[in-house]
Amino acid sequence: MVDTTDYDRDVEIHWCPGCGNYPALKLLKETLVEEDIAPKNAVIVTGIGQAGKFSHFIDGNMINGLHGRYLSNALAIKASNPKLQVFAISGDGCTFSEGGNHFLHTIRYNPSIVNIVHNNAVYGLTKGQASPTSELGVKTGVQTLGVYNTPFNPIAVAIAQNASFVARAFVGHVEQTKEVLKKAIAHHGYALIDLFSPCVSFNRINTYQWYRENTYYLEDDYSPFDQKEAIGRALERGKLPLGIFYINERPTYEENIQIYKNDSRPLWQRELSKEKLTSLINSFR
Amino acid sequence: MTIEFKDSISIVLCGAAGQGIATVETLLTSALKKSGLHVFSTQEFMSRVRGGTNSTTIRVSTNRVQSFCERIDILVPFTREAVSHVKARLSSNSCIIGDKKLFQDNVDAQSCIMIDVNYESVAEEIGHRVYSNSVAVGVLAGILGAEREYITGLLTDRFQSKGEKIVSNNIDAVTRGYKLADEIKASDQLPSLPSFSTQPSVGSELFLSGRDAVAIGAIAGGCNYVTFYPMAPSTGVGAFLAKNRLEFGIVTDQTEDEISAINKAFGAWYAGARALVTTSGGGFALMTEGLSLAGITEMPIVIHLAQRPGPATGLPTKTEQGDLELALYSGHGDFPRVLYAPGTLKEAFSLTQQAFNVADRYQVPVIILTDHYFINTRYNLPSLDEEKTQVERYIIETEREYTRYQFTDDGVSPRGIPGKGEGFIRVDSHTHTQDSQITEDPIIRKNMVDKRFKKLELLRGSAIKPTLVGNPESEILIISWGSTFHNVNDAVLELRNKGYSVAYLHFSQVYPIPKSVEIYFKNAKKRIVVENNATGQFASLLNLEVGIQIDKQVLKYTGYPFSLEELVKELKKEVQ
Repeated sequence: MVDTTDYDRDVEIHWCPGCGNYPALKLLKETLVEEDIAPKNAVIVTGIGQAGKFSHFIDGNMINGLHGRYLSNALAIKASNPKLQVFAISGDGCTFSEGGNHFLHTIRYNPSIVNIVHNNAVYGLTKGQASPTSELGVKTGVQTLGVYNTPFNPIAVAIAQNASFVARAFVGHVEQTKEVLKKAIAHHGYALIDLFSPCVSFNRINTYQWYRENTYYLEDDYSPFDQKEAIGRALERGKLPLGIFYINERPTYEENIQIYKNDSRPLWQRELSKEKLTSLINSFR
Repeated sequence: MTIEFKDSISIVLCGAAGQGIATVETLLTSALKKSGLHVFSTQEFMSRVRGGTNSTTIRVSTNRVQSFCERIDILVPFTREAVSHVKARLSSNSCIIGDKKLFQDNVDAQSCIMIDVNYESVAEEIGHRVYSNSVAVGVLAGILGAEREYITGLLTDRFQSKGEKIVSNNIDAVTRGYKLADEIKASDQLPSLPSFSTQPSVGSELFLSGRDAVAIGAIAGGCNYVTFYPMAPSTGVGAFLAKNRLEFGIVTDQTEDEISAINKAFGAWYAGARALVTTSGGGFALMTEGLSLAGITEMPIVIHLAQRPGPATGLPTKTEQGDLELALYSGHGDFPRVLYAPGTLKEAFSLTQQAFNVADRYQVPVIILTDHYFINTRYNLPSLDEEKTQVERYIIETEREYTRYQFTDDGVSPRGIPGKGEGFIRVDSHTHTQDSQITEDPIIRKNMVDKRFKKLELLRGSAIKPTLVGNPESEILIISWGSTFHNVNDAVLELRNKGYSVAYLHFSQVYPIPKSVEIYFKNAKKRIVVENNATGQFASLLNLEVGIQIDKQVLKYTGYPFSLEELVKELKKEVQ
């Protein structure tokens, strides 16, 4: 059994007091313990940004890599050793801006990884510039007359790309978010959780209060298996829906690459066959 | 000074993309090799799928032949443009064998011996002009003395899936070609060509390309993950591994872009795989951020960088050694790395194999530099000595208290992977402590940088020595690196045979270079570097690394490789 303290790490946490990342960290650790995932069987891969620091504040295997590239690291870990539980965690800037291409294509590959994107609609680490999810008109020290680029809609994009699991959650709702996270972990394939996580220092609009007032949960009888219906809900801009928008289970990347079909050993446990090598070389004689 | 080609014949096939020149080349060279003759071939082509003008040079000899010459003994043109495309390489000894409509009125053909053979009309008699390439194979094989049974066997393998009729028509076409060759030989139209003697041992030698050697070397190095975004001339290595992926258990990933390619290779090594990235200069440029990540996290990584002329899109299907400095200085920040540049096919195999062991052992990026010419050149060789290679693994089983960046005497911290042992594998792109926590402490920062550079000194100490050919007391020393080996070596040999006091020094590890290589330079009165680039990048590096001053640079940056004749001519000016 995994102990409640197994994921604790005795280090100073660098986030601002009140940051949405604190409840996010707490609920992730609790979920991992409740799901009995041992730290040695999990890898947390993060990018750069305030959410990118996540991996430093939780014990276990981790990569804190480059801005935007964490999904590529995560996918290859899963493909090299499908037995590992891989969590790819970063922010909206890292995932949708710097890593936009990797986001689009990781959806296509469909590796069995859980991708949590802390979405606070602002750049925290670099002190308050607009993010790809900032609303039109939001003024910052750089976007002095207000944002005029159309906000990126990760949920709609992921559903349009036929992502195999697409959900939105809010860190202020701990129990509901843990439920979504548990479903994402159980899901066979790529699972996106767009996680509303307020930035208390640089985003004075999208506060905890704002998210409470401007979100609602998809109905109990909502069926997440219809892509067109899901897109429709993803495009709602009044009150924002929370919950699981779309599920489309299909073969995963690890399955499609075939090499684990008859041999489940991870790559590091395999040896080169010298006979096969010699036979390959002799085919050039 | 003219070179006498006493023991070899040079054949050039020239035509448009899509006409099947590569098929003729493959069938002819394989059959000649199997018949017991030494064979070399290299391709020069345009960046288009159809049309344009491409050429393949094939050299056949009783003795080993591994270099590129300009001279043409036999030209087989497939288009009207062909003769003019290679006009600089033609002489009164060159013999054009083909449909006279393609060249009889061409001014560039007038000094040559012209033999009219209409491959297409013979093919049509068999049933379709699609068989003209097989007729051409028959004519050339007949003239050169390849045994017909080998071609028959190759054709059967190649066309079996298309049905018996196609196989037998192709065999008929080749047979007709042989008959035409007999008629040509009987007619006395051919210039006097060297006569060959075959050796059965050559027939069973390996016949492979630079692409094959790199890819097989990767497999022998235990490569089980390859990532790439298609880009000439590097794609062939990825395609080779993809073709063999199920046999050897290799994850083969054509990624969304090169940035993803290197970050996936990074993730794969982290999880215990042995990953290769194959790319060219433009793609590598995009990977430099990932290279830097490997630098600070001390992640092994192996990159095959097949160079082509830049900047930017440059000449996509031509050759150059222009990315040495890119490979050397790429990636922000200071960190150690290793650069290999094989000169022979055997070295391409062994260095690529070794790259995986060195990367794993020292936890540094290892880059293998080849180029278009090297990748697309083929010759026979006795063996790769694969039984002498070993997949060396340096992954440890971790304890619970494991720290990834433990300080050690030699700077190498034992590397664990997730799932092997009880420790946690924590890897961080920031400056970090021994247990991978972010830090801004100036003392730790300095110690971590120093730790990484201790490894550079280890790598320098164990660097592969350059190859010296000739007398170390020679007055003149010619220096080159990477793919130019055979061409320069043959040119230097030619000069030595003419009585010049010349030695040749070739580097297949171009970084780091140990100070001890000074010894090779000490007797030479004149040092000449030969490079396929515009600025003499290796000459600069030698000066920086070892303090060696180069007296003269012979540089070429037209997009084409150095030929034997051109090197003899250029070097002779310098050795007078």
